[in-house]
Amino acid sequence: MELTGAEILIRCLEDEGVEYLFGYPGGAVLHIYDAIYKQDKVEHILVRHEQAATHAADGYARSSGKPGVVLVTSGPGATNAITGIATAYMDSIPMVVFTGQVPTHMIGNDAFQEVDSIGVTRPCVKHNFLVKDVNDLAVTIKKAFYIATTGRPGPVVVDIPKDITAEKCAYSYPKRINMRSYNPVVKGNKRQIVKAVDLMLSAQRPMVYTGGGVILDRAAKPLTNMIRTLGFPITNTLMGLGAYPATDKQFLGMLGMHGTYEANMAMHNCDVLIAIGARFDDRVTGNIEKFCPTAKIIHVDIDPASISKNVMVDVPIVGGVNNVLKEMMALLAESKQTPDKKALAEWWQQIEDWRAVDCLKYDMESDLIKPQYVVESLYNVTKGDAFVTSDVGQHQMWAAQFYKFDKPYRWINSGGLGTMGFGLPAAMGAQLANPKATVACVTGEGSIQMNIQELSTCLQYGLPIKIVCLNNRTLGMVRQWQEFFYQGRYSMSYMEAIPDFVKLAESYGHVGIRVEKPEDVVPAMEDAMGKHKNRLVFLDVVTDQTENVYPMIPNGAGLNEMILV
Amino acid sequence: MRHIISILMENETGALSRVAGLFSARGYNIESLTVAPTEDPSLSRMTLVTRGSDQIIEQIIKQLNKLIDVVKLIDLTEGPHIEREMMLVKVKAAAASEARNEINRLAGIFRGNIIDVTSSSYTIELTGTGDKLDAFIQAVGNEEILETVRSGVSGISRGDKSLSL
Repeated sequence: MELTGAEILIRCLEDEGVEYLFGYPGGAVLHIYDAIYKQDKVEHILVRHEQAATHAADGYARSSGKPGVVLVTSGPGATNAITGIATAYMDSIPMVVFTGQVPTHMIGNDAFQEVDSIGVTRPCVKHNFLVKDVNDLAVTIKKAFYIATTGRPGPVVVDIPKDITAEKCAYSYPKRINMRSYNPVVKGNKRQIVKAVDLMLSAQRPMVYTGGGVILDRAAKPLTNMIRTLGFPITNTLMGLGAYPATDKQFLGMLGMHGTYEANMAMHNCDVLIAIGARFDDRVTGNIEKFCPTAKIIHVDIDPASISKNVMVDVPIVGGVNNVLKEMMALLAESKQTPDKKALAEWWQQIEDWRAVDCLKYDMESDLIKPQYVVESLYNVTKGDAFVTSDVGQHQMWAAQFYKFDKPYRWINSGGLGTMGFGLPAAMGAQLANPKATVACVTGEGSIQMNIQELSTCLQYGLPIKIVCLNNRTLGMVRQWQEFFYQGRYSMSYMEAIPDFVKLAESYGHVGIRVEKPEDVVPAMEDAMGKHKNRLVFLDVVTDQTENVYPMIPNGAGLNEMILV
Repeated sequence: MRHIISILMENETGALSRVAGLFSARGYNIESLTVAPTEDPSLSRMTLVTRGSDQIIEQIIKQLNKLIDVVKLIDLTEGPHIEREMMLVKVKAAAASEARNEINRLAGIFRGNIIDVTSSSYTIELTGTGDKLDAFIQAVGNEEILETVRSGVSGISRGDKSLSL
């Protein structure tokens, strides 16, 4: 039997095991929406803006490990989706985005709602396809999912002209796909792994630094096993939080610009650095000239282009984190050697001295609500088990510093691109993927307004997200930099006319609670998780406007040159 | 250092723009770029001349390899290789003038072919390394040249080594 292109697309999604399709209809995709109407295998989630569709698919992917899938129309539908595509690209999130396109014969004619989606998305996708023949549609979709989910994952765009969705052909979905030009290396080079293990065992002051690659390759367990066996100190990047239990003694907290003093000092002073699934981002390294001056560096990454890009490494290993960790463990067990106990004990002593500085301390006696306290309270009330999404700015850093993630996939934020407006739609995706879990969105009054319209989507699908808005009436991170580096000239960082979020939430059919005193924080959260468990709750928490994120590495400084409180 | 990178890629629309886009997005420079289908019509071969430190060239190669359409590539400058560029040049050559004879002689010395003749001009086809083509232009002199068009560098390894599937 022959199917139309639109029907083929939906059948492919079904065969690919796609649960949710995040999207927004429009002229070029009407045939596809008609095919959606006639089936009940793939559930379509109607967002209120295409950017939110991509972020929601992203949140779904990060919390479930499955690729997020998006459908938008041509022209503005595609351009609105760009921010979400770029966000997923920077954080290597598997995603397949279908964009409608004007009919084949109209392409290049400046037709209504025409944009060169392939050209516009090229710099921020892993790959993209324009489908020019309905006979190629199924195999192209298979390729898109294969590319998006393997190697270093990333978003793939499939642009489908309207006439292709109406044309018919026989349907068959390939089980497997082979591409001569795409064969990601997943197994690490044995000789290099042996070298790495030898170096690890000879370390006097070892340090482990892991990133989003561990999360993406679902390698938290083998990582935790290996680090516990070795007894080494470990830090996670912003993207890697949850890969190693944050409440464990060997965990030194996050590193980098707003990382902990102990993590950054241990990085700076180590003699062997073991980097796993991390990419030496500038927010992590500080001044590259001053980075880890005494360390030999081992770097495990699936993407060869990440190796020796910013920092030259001594033992590069290209491969999947999971595979390489397993091989390392096998070699460690085989060698029967252990790290130098005495040296390691001395190293830990030094680290404990750094830890004793207590770099995350804040004023707990204040009459004003401290943002740090809000995140700590959220951690306590949710028993550390919530999925936490965030937007971008001060609240993001406080969430990363004060919510101790013991499990992976719980922390969902835009680390690479730093996209304000990410938090709420990402929470929608996370909630759909984890219907029984508590999903909290830690945000600010600036970021939340960038995709506030999604409160409507949340009502439609009954998503009981808990929004924790650290409302300090200012674009906090901008204000902080203006205070430090622009002599307090607060250019455009204040927002006048902030809406009444309680009324706003209520007008969307949700619960709004304003919290103004420290003693009301926990009861309000308990209400949100308790008597309002099944509803979206907007906690508008009025926090201390003057609070800054500490510690901090200023621009151009090394990891050992932190500004403490 | 100057490098000649030879790339085999899927002969798909947009493949060229992926390479060009990569270079502009990451701030790498392209000195010349030529591309055409190979004997296997599903593959295109691109020759790309670029400059950069060892570290930058390493990144360029890694980033090119990361492009899904790139099947295989090689840095020709890492081993013995041959590079050629073709130039068509139209020069003034007034009938029965001394200049007309001189151009004819120069074309002969540089092993060029005169491929079009009018009463006032010659068009010469010349193949060689970039240096040789530059030398010809210098020998003729800018004032005499009406028009030049250069193909950009094509390159191939010496010996049995080949870039193929």
